[in-house]
Amino acid sequence: MAAEKMSLSKAINASLRTALENDPKVLIMGEDVGKLGGVFRVTDGLQKDFGEDRVIDTPLAESGIVGTAIGLALRGYRPVVEIQFDGFVFPAYDQIVTQLAKMHARSLGKVKMPVVIRIPYGGGIGAVEHHSESPEALFAHVAGLKVISPSNASDAYWMLQQAIGSDDPVIYFEPKRRYHDKSEVDTSAIPAPLHAARVARPGTDLTLAAYGPMVKVCLDVAAAAAEEGKSVEVVDLRSMSPIDFDTLQGSVERTGRLVVVHEAPVFLGTGSEIAARITERCFYHLEAPVLRVGGFHAPYPPSRLEDEYLPGLDRVLDAVDRALAY
Amino acid sequence: MTVESTAARKPRRSGAKRTSAGNAKKQAAGQTDLVQLLTPEGERVEHPEYSIDPTPDELRGLYRDMVLTRRFDAEATTLQRQGELGLWASLLGQEAAQIGSGRALQTSDYVFPTYREHGVAWCRGVDPTNLLGMFRGVNHGGWDPNSNNFHLYTIVIGSQTLHATGYAMGVAKDGADSAVIAYFGDGASSQGDVAESFTFSAVYNAPVVFFCQNNQWAISEPTERQTRVPLYQRAQGFGFPGVRVDGNDVLACLAVTRAALERARTGQGPMLIEAFTYRMGAHTTSDDPTRYRSAEERELWETKDPILRLRTHLTKQGLADEEFFAGLERESDALAKRVRDAVRAMPDPDDLAMFEHTYADGHALVDEERAQFAAYQASFVTAEEGI
Ligand SMILES: Cc1ncc(C[n+]2csc(CCOP(=O)(O)OP(=O)(O)O)c2C)c(N)n1
Repeated sequence: MAAEKMSLSKAINASLRTALENDPKVLIMGEDVGKLGGVFRVTDGLQKDFGEDRVIDTPLAESGIVGTAIGLALRGYRPVVEIQFDGFVFPAYDQIVTQLAKMHARSLGKVKMPVVIRIPYGGGIGAVEHHSESPEALFAHVAGLKVISPSNASDAYWMLQQAIGSDDPVIYFEPKRRYHDKSEVDTSAIPAPLHAARVARPGTDLTLAAYGPMVKVCLDVAAAAAEEGKSVEVVDLRSMSPIDFDTLQGSVERTGRLVVVHEAPVFLGTGSEIAARITERCFYHLEAPVLRVGGFHAPYPPSRLEDEYLPGLDRVLDAVDRALAY
Repeated sequence: MTVESTAARKPRRSGAKRTSAGNAKKQAAGQTDLVQLLTPEGERVEHPEYSIDPTPDELRGLYRDMVLTRRFDAEATTLQRQGELGLWASLLGQEAAQIGSGRALQTSDYVFPTYREHGVAWCRGVDPTNLLGMFRGVNHGGWDPNSNNFHLYTIVIGSQTLHATGYAMGVAKDGADSAVIAYFGDGASSQGDVAESFTFSAVYNAPVVFFCQNNQWAISEPTERQTRVPLYQRAQGFGFPGVRVDGNDVLACLAVTRAALERARTGQGPMLIEAFTYRMGAHTTSDDPTRYRSAEERELWETKDPILRLRTHLTKQGLADEEFFAGLERESDALAKRVRDAVRAMPDPDDLAMFEHTYADGHALVDEERAQFAAYQASFVTAEEGI
């Protein structure tokens, strides 16, 4: 099949469809995933084509959804669970952290947990409380979980296929404000390894590292910086657990500077870990301290303030300038 | 007996099709054990356990509350369509459940709402314009919960039922003779938090009334996706009484809630009320109900409209004349205008507001980030001024 231009949400839909077709053990579970096709229509049409036994509308109970997915996985199924919004994963957090993440280790490897948890995350859509959060660090901190986030339609398609194929539990964060962004998807391509970072734009003066919704912002920053004669490299991390430090190290060794960008609060976030590791690995290559741009140590604000809260072109450019000034 | 008990004996596969015939039967079965004091035709009927004898003034007052609440709700929906609000969760169809239960409350009682209790807020004296801030995106609340004993809206489904239970445990410890009421939906009944609130309230005999508005849907999922027994029957397994009331009958809602609150206040513990009602509109303004439910279903429920039935009753009994209805219409228009003007005039919060109130005692990191952000914002102003 040739490459096709599609939106990020359509790519996820196509990926789920392929997974359901290829493996009768794959199940879709979640609130409103059936007739409604999910509140973002990501599962649109799947229940119609695969039936209510494969695309399962669940009771309104996140702990129940993840807990039963664990049981189904124990029985040989491969559940792909949808959590409706980022802020609603917490009723399931106990099941994810105390059970899902540890089952493989506790069984000395005898039990596999091929469960994927899809979570639309991040802000920028003008929503009310609990609909705009970026809790990825809370999951990446937990051993036993893998945490990934695509930034474009092709990755959305392929990373979900790979996550469903993985025998480990994978938290798949979907950048909801990019759902409608279109890009090329080649469903017959050979995808990159699931946890490999990708140089999204080469450059020589500074590296911007980002994932999910912030990759586009960073590409825009690189374009704006280029107009001022600065060459900025953008690395799309794609995976927050594990993190592909080798690719990032290679980039920083070339550029000598690193700015990490994410929507989540900076304090104890993914960027903190990256700054520490890259400082260890690249101490003699660094021309400037690793800087971080992200959310504040404050609750995600009401939507009229989210443009100020979220790192945008200006805030990232500001950090780029500061790093280059060293 | 009921369809539900048959279902309990012979469970269908989880994937079983839901037929409209099954739906109709379910509703009929629901009505066999439904407390009703005012029929859809506007006739008063008696109930052996729950009676009420409202004065003409009280009846007109309940009608006024429902009409103004509906008008406020309609205005908010319009404001969302006009881009003034980011989202709105309409209560259309649930006015009787909310006004009936809300008017049963005493001033010292405490309310824990979801995000749809605009009618209850009205009964508590919360200015309706205060409800709109969070939907406009200028704040996460917008009112002081303690000034009207009406807690902030809770969006995470079911969380507030535990807060209500804990609050009620506190009321009991204090020896106060007030009660607490927790609102939630049929969908919420599936959440662990709700089950845990039932457990705690029963174990500690907490003075809390659980008021479940079963509006038949949790976004696209029908009540059968949450439970195979009528919701009010859940209470029994936890050790307290449950009752199902016609949620479109304001008098029944008032009578049953009044009785439940009185039980709670007099130390007899929790009670579950299931108000059997219907969400006439979309779940929220982001939702498209045509994808999952039929127009006939809504039409059926329109014949049970809570406002229409009280109007019929008032007219038939000669308790309200055209002048009363016309006056109320003028009052509705004025309320709508006041709400519209207030929303349009609602200022965006200051940029630095997002750092406010993160902690009560202050926090060095927040102070540092606030200062950095203020300097950053100021750098634009300086640049614009060419300094
Ligand atoms: C924990 C959690 N999960 C999911 C959601 C998203 N959500 C918001 S309202 C809703 C349906 C609620 O249905 P119900 O409890 O019946 O109340 P209703 O809105 O019908 O009054 C859902 C799934 C949420 N707010 N919180």
